[in-house]
Amino acid sequence: MTRISLTVDGVRYDDDVDPRTLLVHHLRDRLGKVGTVVGCDTSNCGACTVLLAGKSVKSCTVLATQADGSDVTTIEGLSGPNDALHPMQQAFHGCHGLQCGYCTPGMIMAAVDLLADNPEPSDDEVREGLEGNLCRCTGYQNIVRAVQQAAADMRAAAPRTSQSADAAQEVTT
Amino acid sequence: MTVTEDQPGAEVGRDRRRKEDARLITGRTMWTENINLPGMLHLAILRSPLAHARITHVDVDAALELPGVVAAFTGRDVADMQGSLPCAWPVTEDTVLPGYPPLAVDEVRHTGEPVAVVAARDRASAQDALEAIEIDYEPLPVVVDMEDALADGAPLVHEDAGTNKCYTWVLDSAEAGTGGDVAQAKSDAEVVLERRYVQQRLIPAFMEPRSVVVDPTGDQITMWSATQIPHILRLMLAMSTGVPEHKIRVVAPDVGGGFGGKLQVTPEEFIAFAAARRFGRPVKFVESRSETMLSGHHGRDQIQDITLSARRDGTVTGLSVKLLANMGAYLGIVTPGVPVLGAFMFNAIYKFPAYRFECSGVFTNTTKTDAYRGAGRPEATYAIERIMDELATELDVDPIELRRRNWIQHDEFPFTTVAGLTYDSGNYEAATDQAMELFGYHELRREQAERRESGDPVQLGIGVSTYTEMCGLAPSRILGQLRYGAGGWETASVRMLPTGKVEVITGTSPHGQSHETAWSQIVADRLGVPFDDVEVLHGDTRTSHKGLDTYGSRSLAVGGTALVSACEKVVDKAKPIAAHLLECDPADLEFVDGQYRVKGTPGAGKTLADCALAVFTAHDLPDGVEANLDADAVVDPENFSFPHGTHLCATEVDTETGQVKIRSYVAVDDVGTVINPLIVDGQVHGGIAQGIAQALYEEAVYDEDGNLLTGTFVDYTVPSSADLPDIITGRTETPATGHPLGAKGVGEAGTIASTPAVVNAIVDALRPFGVSDIRMPCTPERVWQAIRDARAAREGSDRP
Amino acid sequence: MIPAAFDYARPTSVDDAVGTLADGGEDAKILAGGQSLIPMLRLRLAAPTVVVDLGGVNDLRGVTDDGNHLVIGAMTTHDEIMNDPAVRSHAPLIAQATRTVADRQVRHMGTFGGSLAHADPAGDLPSVTMALDASFEIAGPSGRRSVPASEFFVDYLTTAMDPGEILVAVRVPKMSDSSGWGSHYEKLNRVAQAWALVGVAAMVQRDNGTMSDARVALTNMGPRPVRAHGVEEALRGAPATADAVGAAVAHAAENTEPADDVTASAEYRTHLASVLTGRAVRTAASI
Ligand SMILES: Cc1cc2nc3c(=O)[nH]c(=O)nc-3n(C[C@H](O)[C@H](O)[C@H](O)COP(=O)(O)OP(=O)(O)OC[C@H]3O[C@@H](n4cnc5c(N)ncnc54)[C@H](O)[C@@H]3O)c2cc1C
Ligand code: FES
Ligand code: FES
Repeated sequence: MTRISLTVDGVRYDDDVDPRTLLVHHLRDRLGKVGTVVGCDTSNCGACTVLLAGKSVKSCTVLATQADGSDVTTIEGLSGPNDALHPMQQAFHGCHGLQCGYCTPGMIMAAVDLLADNPEPSDDEVREGLEGNLCRCTGYQNIVRAVQQAAADMRAAAPRTSQSADAAQEVTT
Repeated sequence: MTVTEDQPGAEVGRDRRRKEDARLITGRTMWTENINLPGMLHLAILRSPLAHARITHVDVDAALELPGVVAAFTGRDVADMQGSLPCAWPVTEDTVLPGYPPLAVDEVRHTGEPVAVVAARDRASAQDALEAIEIDYEPLPVVVDMEDALADGAPLVHEDAGTNKCYTWVLDSAEAGTGGDVAQAKSDAEVVLERRYVQQRLIPAFMEPRSVVVDPTGDQITMWSATQIPHILRLMLAMSTGVPEHKIRVVAPDVGGGFGGKLQVTPEEFIAFAAARRFGRPVKFVESRSETMLSGHHGRDQIQDITLSARRDGTVTGLSVKLLANMGAYLGIVTPGVPVLGAFMFNAIYKFPAYRFECSGVFTNTTKTDAYRGAGRPEATYAIERIMDELATELDVDPIELRRRNWIQHDEFPFTTVAGLTYDSGNYEAATDQAMELFGYHELRREQAERRESGDPVQLGIGVSTYTEMCGLAPSRILGQLRYGAGGWETASVRMLPTGKVEVITGTSPHGQSHETAWSQIVADRLGVPFDDVEVLHGDTRTSHKGLDTYGSRSLAVGGTALVSACEKVVDKAKPIAAHLLECDPADLEFVDGQYRVKGTPGAGKTLADCALAVFTAHDLPDGVEANLDADAVVDPENFSFPHGTHLCATEVDTETGQVKIRSYVAVDDVGTVINPLIVDGQVHGGIAQGIAQALYEEAVYDEDGNLLTGTFVDYTVPSSADLPDIITGRTETPATGHPLGAKGVGEAGTIASTPAVVNAIVDALRPFGVSDIRMPCTPERVWQAIRDARAAREGSDRP
Repeated sequence: MIPAAFDYARPTSVDDAVGTLADGGEDAKILAGGQSLIPMLRLRLAAPTVVVDLGGVNDLRGVTDDGNHLVIGAMTTHDEIMNDPAVRSHAPLIAQATRTVADRQVRHMGTFGGSLAHADPAGDLPSVTMALDASFEIAGPSGRRSVPASEFFVDYLTTAMDPGEILVAVRVPKMSDSSGWGSHYEKLNRVAQAWALVGVAAMVQRDNGTMSDARVALTNMGPRPVRAHGVEEALRGAPATADAVGAAVAHAAENTEPADDVTASAEYRTHLASVLTGRAVRTAASI
């Protein structure tokens, strides 16, 4: 057993874990964060995507021990106070970016991470930015639309500083 | 939290945002895997590494010694209580129906077949213990290829059947009296084309792997399962294990996709059921993706030999189809019936007068096949749409023009086809004209000519696919004629709550299809209540005791019609109560915009909510009127519904690497009356993505020893957003005539239409090289190889 | 699936790590980003008794510039590398090739050193280091040593490192636009997320109208990455024209042993090697 401490969706948890425990299983089975799901065993589907220290990772491909001391954000921690939806959640709803919804938590987390890097992506950049997430229902079209909608909504809500403009420049060159 | 905005107006036809989303976008979902019960044991399943073998020895004792392990058992231990997995569709009288033990007892017939089970206090311990089970096999000869399986002296998958042929099913228009004789048509023909097309094996690859939880405590045994068919599952558990039906409750909670892949009664469900009964404790089995791919059912896998007869003016005169359909090692719930559904679709939208279809099902040492999105119809559409293109090339006619010469004109409906179905409505001209316009057909043809002229290494191809499909499965009478084990009706119930809110119970079982939203729209209009006041309940046999579940694009056409009927009954039932409250004669009342009003007098009337409250208090009801507004309805469709459409695809083919890029894709579908355009477009996008995936990316490959070489998402390449194009959708609306909603079904249309559109486009790009076919999936290597072979053949024939 | 049980150690220095690894014995395994190792653990294709997580060794992370070389710490993530200004200006080939590795999530965890130590023949970065003539800094029980890229990759999933050794850093000679070098990594995969069927890393130095020097290395054309020396020789001193490149690519598949498997035949890989070499070289040479 290894002692780890994680802050998940703003709450700190200290636990003894079997070192072989995958982060996703720790979140689901130990912490009850069942919003994050597992879709494969080869790190391809991205259904398990969460933010680890602010960056998207596949939580099925991270040992819980590797995350020791870090902040984790799951789909359940994305909403604001009073359950106000994150613009990305709102956009997935508004653009019909989900059907069965199984890929959705991972897709939304991956998309949030993508926009943090590139707040004004082209459609192709969105498509490429989500290449690590599989969806079998939507054909991705409305997912791309939703991400663009969220990007527009987020830009409108927080006018771009020159700094974030530079960051966007960086990753797109 | 509410994520729906309230707007007045007619609901049907509006692009309502979905009710389902609120829980799905916040992670507050009830997947089967989320269910945890006190004392629950976790199961792990040991699977056969061999494709065909006798089990000579199994010993689970060492596993029992390991920490956390509570029990372990083999097929022999549960042989008398585990039941046999059912096949509900023996298509002929003499269909071979082999026994199908959920847990193999003494022989395994495909890799991945379950052979032993461990139950432990946690999942990790259960998995660890699998390694401690001792098991010896005596290998038996393996047959994987269908033609090998039918050859003399082939190893038998089921020794006692004496053959690998499961059945042969024939539809001949001359014999059935629905058309002429294909042999005659062939001998009279001016052009005869013979082609072989191969439908590769596919894996449904729904995103939520299958999982099941069984709780045997309490009066009923409860099973939660990631299934499309909770009602059928309950019936099959009862019929097969002997546990009385009323002692079983099945729940399909939130289910993450199915596409036919969860239209199954699985060994794992039966094993979990047996385990829970054996231990008297709740059990849970969560399948890994690689287990799903190895042992969940696969789809397609047919060899199609097609003969088309025609006149030189382009008129098709006959079609003969000889199919081999791979069943795999066992028969799943509808395995034999899937290719037979195709029998009614090879004639597609065309009028040719002679037709013969012959299909043989073949056993092999592979995972069973069964329904996968489209089930029989994509296969048929692919073959006919590919060979229509070949005919167009042969006659040097534009492929759309050739189709025009053969399709049923809009004024010829209703039209009885050579396969014996009556198409009620359609307008192929309108859909095709709209598609050509959206696509810029003539411009793209010009660009194609330029690229050919300049010898561009990237060639442009244009693919056409016109299709129809039979949806709304199905008239029970026809299912009976086809020897299917159940009917095709559907149920709906409407319950009026005292506060005027409405609960709808449907027998359909959505897993991504948005029934909660669409059904609410229908009810809102029919009962004049707000969209948000309707709650749609489904997928639990305790609330929805009766239903035939969701597959075959049937839910709206059949289940939606039942819902309309139940709503009408509620309106009728409330009428005497409203009249009583308004102190008038029921005959003077009309129900408009949710209000009962005296005909011709506008102003205040009584709503259904008023009546519901009156019924609840029951203080003052008219004499002889029951204190109940609730209503049930069962609808059995008179006919199938027939969506249709035209899809056009432009591909850019890199002739150096063979890589294909879809440059543009237009889909014009006629799905009848649209309840919610947003949902319809979503279904079309997703269906097309799966059809493109068949054309370009996916194939389940076995080696000759029966090992699945594509058993994970690393090798079974499901496309991501970066691999798929944007789709331009258009629509024509020719309502279905058989029921009041006019909707035809949209779940499978995109998948059916898109595969031939893409392959036709690739072949079209490469015609100048002499390429006339490429086997699916058209991987860069296969495309490159086709170009190379065609060049070599040309050079060979150029030589004197 | 859940990995088989193992003991876990998280050392904080290279020496500690070497010691822990030695204590762990034969079945000890290093964990870097885990993006190759954890999938193998989950499928139980690997079952080490001890996992030594290098995540706590800060010295292994980051890029430093020591004049003529960049020194890239083994634990620097793919994401850090593709966004690192020094890598982008002095070894743009690495930045560009890394961008094509896997997907965003995997690049946030996966490391440069892990990719190289894993030595998957379909991995993109081994051939890149071959084209750059990088050298590998290795620490072990008997001290430190340096191995050139040409000797580091030995076979399928096998490197010149002994089981008790750790890859510490990779030294990459600076070769950038200002010295006339252009570079490009070209690959073909079946779907965006799939590994390369074949990849080509090309460096071309241009001098007026000629290609004065060239380095070309191939991904997935055998159990380990290979330098296409025949192509390099044909390019060296040739005019920077499409024709010259076209003639040179005839040598692309020399000395390769491409696999013949379910993803592609050897024949097709051989064909791709020449097509993609042509594309990589032309882009690198701005033709
Ligand atoms: C879905 C997916 C797609 C991918 N696609 C690509 C792709 O297209 N191209 C590509 O190149 N890669 C791809 N990868 C692999 C990815 O780049 C991995 O990150 C990389 O191969 C391994 O790096 P890691 O840091 O995760 O190493 P780990 O997984 O932690 O380790 C890999 C191996 O190297 C050993 N090791 C690690 N670090 C050291 C060290 N410092 N010293 C000695 N031994 C060490 C480990 O013991 C282990 O055996 C993909 C991975 C996934 C999951
Ligand atoms: S579950 Fe993590 S990538 Fe599939
Ligand atoms: S919505 Fe079902 S998998 Fe994406």
